[in-house]
Amino acid sequence: MKDKSYISKQKFMEELRRYEKGSVTRRHFLGVTGLGAATAVMAGALPGLRPSRALAGSHIGDRVVLATWPNYHDPENFETFTEQTGAFTQVNVFGSNEEMLAKLQAGGSGWDVYVPTNYTITTYVDEDLIEPLDMSKLPNYDPEAFDARFADAGIVDGVVYAVPKNWGTTGIASNTSHSGGAAIDSWKVFFDRTMDDFSGRTMVHDYQLTTIGAALNYHGYSFNSVDEAELADAEKLLIDVKPHLFAITSDYQPAMRSGDAWLTICWTGDGKQLNTDIPEIAFALGKEGGELWSDYYAIPKGAPHMEAAYALINFMLDPEVNAREVMAHGYPVADSRTNALLPEEILNDPILYPAAERLDALEFGAAATLTDPNRAELLARFKSA
Amino acid sequence: MTERERNWLMVAPAGVWLLVMLVLPLSVVLIFSFGERAPAGGWVPAFTFEQYANLPARLTAFQNTLTLAPLGTLAALIIAYPLAYQLAVRTDPRWKTILLVLVIVPFWTSILIRSYAWIYILGGQGLPALLEIFGIEGVRLIYTPFAVTVGIVYGYLPLMVFPIYVALDRLDKRLLEASSDLGAWPLTTFLRVTLPMSISGIATGCMLVFILLMGEFLIPALLGGGKVFFVGNALVDLFLQSRNWAFGSAVAVMLILVMLVTVTIYMRLIARLSATREDVSIM
Repeated sequence: MKDKSYISKQKFMEELRRYEKGSVTRRHFLGVTGLGAATAVMAGALPGLRPSRALAGSHIGDRVVLATWPNYHDPENFETFTEQTGAFTQVNVFGSNEEMLAKLQAGGSGWDVYVPTNYTITTYVDEDLIEPLDMSKLPNYDPEAFDARFADAGIVDGVVYAVPKNWGTTGIASNTSHSGGAAIDSWKVFFDRTMDDFSGRTMVHDYQLTTIGAALNYHGYSFNSVDEAELADAEKLLIDVKPHLFAITSDYQPAMRSGDAWLTICWTGDGKQLNTDIPEIAFALGKEGGELWSDYYAIPKGAPHMEAAYALINFMLDPEVNAREVMAHGYPVADSRTNALLPEEILNDPILYPAAERLDALEFGAAATLTDPNRAELLARFKSA
Repeated sequence: MTERERNWLMVAPAGVWLLVMLVLPLSVVLIFSFGERAPAGGWVPAFTFEQYANLPARLTAFQNTLTLAPLGTLAALIIAYPLAYQLAVRTDPRWKTILLVLVIVPFWTSILIRSYAWIYILGGQGLPALLEIFGIEGVRLIYTPFAVTVGIVYGYLPLMVFPIYVALDRLDKRLLEASSDLGAWPLTTFLRVTLPMSISGIATGCMLVFILLMGEFLIPALLGGGKVFFVGNALVDLFLQSRNWAFGSAVAVMLILVMLVTVTIYMRLIARLSATREDVSIM
């Protein structure tokens, strides 16, 4: 006998994911709390959420554990993957690459697939925390189709450790109703106006890579600089700017939306989301430079469900699936096969796919930047000043 | 089995608990604090005092914490005392239980969710927008030290209310009548009877709130907009961002030492107070 009020597993999962999508959207929020990981662990621990063993007839096992960023997938693709393979995707959401690295260094993560950013991959290779990929198990990966700029970081000493997921930029979001109608597209203007007519209205990330990088760009230095004199200049600027800041946070969307803040360092996807909902919030790249980044799919050493890991990555690299991902999260891909399936308005969107010459001014974050202890100490001094 | 053996057996569970839950984790922290940061983050064994020599780099964080913790405790006390007094002395017993439950109800939700609620209340579309209707413009509340204080008082209020409530509830109400009959003004009665007899509750409440505040990191991060930096925030950054476990451990050891010193001084003070009154104890 069937109870009419019974909610199906699938329906429940959809609701849960919607809930997760709506409430757990921000890297900072998750970084501070680890709540995302807790949610995912809970979801994994509730037996009712897993497909029954009877359904999971496939050879890859009944689950695959994915460590990724918030709002970075189309939940329906996971449903389809489960239908096709019987493996349920358990999603752990993380706040920063540093946090991801810390978890893997501590050991026993239990992950099968994770999503490192370009500048972390050599560190994972050095620390022996990443599995070299067996490309015969990833037939959907076609190196020819990928823009090498966004695929190179996955290859270390000729060995492929990671395949590209999405890429993006770190630029400036400004509320043009306060900036005289034009988008702010320079780090010089960003910091100068913060100390002038934008005082108390500007936010910078709670993240050394982008915040120190922006201050270095202000002085015309490399985003990645670890030079002591250059870092000292950046520090002086940041300390001078601090009394004029609205907040130091990577959770900048709410304050931009409420109108409390007018200017912020901003990642592509957030810029797109803000601009879509509030057209007067513009996103622009800093003309002095800035960050270009690329995220990758990779498998950690000793992944408990290795076959399922390959199956999931291969599934995600299917151009049809990948196109649905882009439609859901709004980050660009470097795969020409996927781009061929995307609508014109996405490919022509200046936020998602900036003109090539604008990209040339940008730099990829470097591994040395991520692990440099001086930059970490600089950020601590800035935050406690 | 001799009595001596039996005694050991009786103490064993508590001993094992202390060993596993207190001694072992603290030893790990202590050992880590003498190590070094691995080049890519993490920890490598060493025996160096370098981490302790670097502690001045987090001096501001300690200063901020040692300013905020006492101030936050005081603010919570000032708000909590009248509430506890109202509940214990003035409220009809029929309503007591339900009102007490109302004090705890917010505790059923994570402090994180409640802090996020405050972000919206104190944000531009919240209270400041309301004040604008009344003609008060340009008020900035969110991401200020004021917002952090509000969050702290709100978050820790029940911890302060309950011990004071218990102390006041035990107070023999006939003493208040006696004081009044003997011609004391209400204020005199409060200062000379009610307040001294609730010292134990105040001492316990302050201790609970103070100790927890010393390790606070979430409220400054969420309501202070990252501009208010405490030892708790320094620790989170050292372990999760720069992954400098050795230095992080040294900061943690220092925090424990600072706590030991302040709490010892505090207990001495309370002990001196209670030396004149036998009914006062701190826990």
